[in-house]
Amino acid sequence: MARYGMVVNLDRCVGCYNCQIACKDEHVGNDFLPVAKSQPAFGQFWMAIQEVERVVSPSHIRVNYTPVFCQQCRDAPCISAAKDGAVYRRGDGIVIIDPVKAVGQKQLAASCPYGVIFWNEEQQLAQKCTFCAHLLDDGWKEPRCVQTCPAGCLNFGDLDDPASPAAKLLEETRAETWHPEFKAKPNVYYAGLPKPMLSGRVLLADKNEWAENVSVTLTDKAGLKRDCITDAFGDFAFDGLEQKTYTLKLEAPGYAGQSNEIAVNPDISYLGNIVLRR
Amino acid sequence: MEQTVNAGTRYSTSDEQRFVNCTLSGPVEVYVKAGRIVRIVPLTYGQDDAAAWTMEARGQTFTRPTKASVSCWVQGSKQYVYTKQRLLTPLKRVDFDPDGKRNPQNRGISGYEPISWDDALGIVSKEIIRLKREHGPSSIAVTGSSHDSWGNIGYRMSALDRFWNLVGCTWIDHNPESWEGFFWGAIHQWGFYWRLGQPPAYDLLHDTFQNTDMIVFWSSDPTTTSGDYAWNETDTWRFHMKKLGIKFVFIDPYCNFTAVIGADKWLSPKPGTDTALALAIAFIWMTEHRYDQDYVRTHTEGFDKWKAYVLGEDDGVPKTPQWAEQISGVDARDIIALAREWAGKRTTLAAGGRSGMGHAGRAAYGHEWARMMVLLVAMQGLGKPGVNMYSTTGGAPADWSFYFPGYADGGISGGSSGPRELGPRGFPDKAVHGTVRQRVNRSVFPEAVMNPPVSWTGVYGFYGQSTEQQFMKCTFPFEGYSPIKMLFRQGSSYIGTMMNTNRWVNMYRHPNLEFTVNQTIFNEPEARFSDIVFPVCTNFERVDIGEWARISGYSRHLNPVNARVIVLQQKCIEPLGESKSDYKIFSLLAERLGIKQQFTEGRDELQWAHRMYEVSDLPKVMTWEEFQKKGYYVVPVPKDYKYKPAFRAYYEGRAKENDEWGPSLQDQPVNEGKGMATPSGKIEFESQSLKRFDPNDPERPLVPHYIPSWEGHTTTELLGKYPLQLITPHPRFTFHSQFDGKDLWNDEIPHQRRTKDGYRYWVIRLHPKDAEERGLKDGDLVKVFNDRGTVILIVTVTLRMMAGVVHSYSSGGGYDPMGEPGNPKTPDKGGTINQLTSSRFNSKHASGMGPGSCLVEVQKWEGAH
Repeated sequence: MARYGMVVNLDRCVGCYNCQIACKDEHVGNDFLPVAKSQPAFGQFWMAIQEVERVVSPSHIRVNYTPVFCQQCRDAPCISAAKDGAVYRRGDGIVIIDPVKAVGQKQLAASCPYGVIFWNEEQQLAQKCTFCAHLLDDGWKEPRCVQTCPAGCLNFGDLDDPASPAAKLLEETRAETWHPEFKAKPNVYYAGLPKPMLSGRVLLADKNEWAENVSVTLTDKAGLKRDCITDAFGDFAFDGLEQKTYTLKLEAPGYAGQSNEIAVNPDISYLGNIVLRR
Repeated sequence: MEQTVNAGTRYSTSDEQRFVNCTLSGPVEVYVKAGRIVRIVPLTYGQDDAAAWTMEARGQTFTRPTKASVSCWVQGSKQYVYTKQRLLTPLKRVDFDPDGKRNPQNRGISGYEPISWDDALGIVSKEIIRLKREHGPSSIAVTGSSHDSWGNIGYRMSALDRFWNLVGCTWIDHNPESWEGFFWGAIHQWGFYWRLGQPPAYDLLHDTFQNTDMIVFWSSDPTTTSGDYAWNETDTWRFHMKKLGIKFVFIDPYCNFTAVIGADKWLSPKPGTDTALALAIAFIWMTEHRYDQDYVRTHTEGFDKWKAYVLGEDDGVPKTPQWAEQISGVDARDIIALAREWAGKRTTLAAGGRSGMGHAGRAAYGHEWARMMVLLVAMQGLGKPGVNMYSTTGGAPADWSFYFPGYADGGISGGSSGPRELGPRGFPDKAVHGTVRQRVNRSVFPEAVMNPPVSWTGVYGFYGQSTEQQFMKCTFPFEGYSPIKMLFRQGSSYIGTMMNTNRWVNMYRHPNLEFTVNQTIFNEPEARFSDIVFPVCTNFERVDIGEWARISGYSRHLNPVNARVIVLQQKCIEPLGESKSDYKIFSLLAERLGIKQQFTEGRDELQWAHRMYEVSDLPKVMTWEEFQKKGYYVVPVPKDYKYKPAFRAYYEGRAKENDEWGPSLQDQPVNEGKGMATPSGKIEFESQSLKRFDPNDPERPLVPHYIPSWEGHTTTELLGKYPLQLITPHPRFTFHSQFDGKDLWNDEIPHQRRTKDGYRYWVIRLHPKDAEERGLKDGDLVKVFNDRGTVILIVTVTLRMMAGVVHSYSSGGGYDPMGEPGNPKTPDKGGTINQLTSSRFNSKHASGMGPGSCLVEVQKWEGAH
């Protein structure tokens, strides 16, 4: 039996919102019993995009888009919260809220730590992403959000089948589950979740010009080293760090080197202009 | 959409019918059950379709995706079809009586009543006959909107043109509004009038992959403006470019949507100062000898004249980085670093998406910016491997020897102003040409109606026939022709897309306009100012034929998509309510005017589609029956495809190798088969065409200058009253006004609209400093205003915005005045940001729009008092 899952490659998300809307296209106005009843036309999102602006430097801003949807957990809190077996896991791993049995079970919406179960007031029903199980059962290879994703952010497949796109990507990337502290064991993995960063700009004091090709080295307490060189704008950045203290070293021929202890914060630590003098 | 279908125990799509259609952003499959659309899915290519092309570059392989991509608003087309904003019957304004009181002053105020098609067609045909008898056909002004529903038969250049050229009318000329600067400026540096000033993109995807080290995106957001109809189709290209190590630098007051996923650097000049930045870059190159001096000597003319200006030899002002910093606010050290990096690497310039579609070219003296963009790439050797003008939204490999027309080839009108390839193939049987010589520029249309005479330069459509076309001085009414008495509008609303649009509102309420008709899909702003409204069905409710993203004409072989997909646009469902296709409506009107046979040539839409199939190359690969059944054809790229990057032949001094239909032979003293379409045949730093036309124009001098904006950071008096510069780029989550303000799913995207107290407001973006100074926080409602209008918007506070500048996307589809329409003091909740933009031309002789030069103030909105 398959174990359906998703690997979300955040580095390939362009923020087009096609996934959010394809989900509506599939589920608004359509009942797919016994898997799902229709999604309200507005205000609820079984698939949604969350955006975070990250300032690498004032002249380098990134937006991290994160598709947010049912994580199809193996230890799903919604299953524990359900009465009469109204939420169940199928043999292929997909967690389904039974649209008949679950009527009136408002507690299901609150049970999800990821906040991806919606309370449909009109139908008195808790609802969420089904991985488009009705389509998979009909022979489709992927849910609608994945089908419409233009740039390879959403990748679907059998995580136990090494040949599936999702399993391959899981193998290639350092994809991880989102909020492991919820201990729900999701079958959805994210590659490229934001990590602590360290960035800065280097200026040559004597020329009053940005310093290109300055060697920048970052060393942690265990002696693990990473390095880069500044670009034409004097910029440097290290991504994928941990929230801890590092030693930052700058070296440029003809200039006095610098070495500083830097406590990296959970998001981006931008050091501003670092001035090198002869 | 309360209705539900597919209730049952075992679901299968095999119980549904499947159709293929083509939309404004791509081919789709449409699933239908019981006459109702179930889902709309971007087309996935099949095993029997043409194989994907691949590209090798720098040891990596890139191949096209296995499916087509569409925009979010096309992905949401089901809601577009079934929204309550659809017009389902013909309407008549309640206090409009063609035989009695017309009450034009009540347009936009009075309500509507449904009437029968018979009555609606009767009123309109009677008015057409009356006006032609009394004033001649030139008293009727007609225009369609850009980017209406897809399909070569129903498109405005096809059905609308054929019908109205048979009837006779004064055409309202569209301006090259998305890239004004390139049209009014770049043409004078490098020709390309048959591309309206924009460059070709042949094979530049491959060239970029292979050779480019850095791309400078200047006023350019390709993931947003894409290649017009390609939308998300080019995103994979830029991911691959990043993978290949190509550096991206962005120049834009807003850290745009491409920048926030791909930028290595973002520089933000004040709006209207991009030319100062460009001059300082040229200054560094000249003074540090960091440009291709051989190329400048052999491939260009007049460099010394520009050099004298840049170095300040003629005006005493050297255009140093420090000088540019003072003007633009960009750190001089950044300018120096950029100039050196640019010169040191193989750098391609993406000036605008496609080219020129940023706001920098749609502003005061936007032509000076576009001219400088050409000159900067010329200094670095335009056409050299990796050095080009390319927006990363075109130039995918394609086999153009396979003939199928684009919409600009004119469809059933037979009246293309482009390459004229369709007519000789026998399509249509008889071409139709309008004989009314009077035209009117759309930008001044309200004044032409309300207060003629009015003057401008440039005439006849998109002005792509010759450089001189843009110099023609016109005064409306043309001698011997009638003023405007009637307006016939097809397609979506201009109240969101034109400049200073309270002018449009007031025009509609003016007694000079005796009669107005709107033929459109939705109950949208402009429809609510019309006397008679014809309800049109969507492209899912009629037959048509078309190729994805294929424009042709002035955008020849642009190819912003990964595959040429030619689609028989199948009718998926019956037209909703009493709505009808544009073609059908024109047929019915033609019948009442006695010209049905001339209009239809005896064909319905399917027969026209069949005829277009016949004259194309499709019969070589597929029978009509097969094409009807399958619904599409993917044109293969030959295995031995030979890359011929744009400008490479020019760079190497060889004969032209790309398939261009311009310049005309008349424009070439001797046909040498190479060179640029400028008087000298080279890139001209000093423009010879401008020298012929008006050598002393201080607003468009012979070499491009930095000229402070007529409304901007140096217009100090106005700045005191309205201290914020407003930019209004093309929207990311709608296509003009078509997909906004209609209860669509993209309304829920927080960059498009945000809901407050149950109302969806259009968004304005502010830097935290500007917000704080005004006591504003994210999610507040604000009144944004100047002397031209007042708009209520919702605030998004973001560091992506430079301080002192605010950003709100142009061309929303809402207009919801809380009081007398057209009054600049009346707050509009609908978010018609273009109420605030100026209708002043780019410059004296350049009749392009300049919304990028606009000052406003923003205040907290506490509600109407």
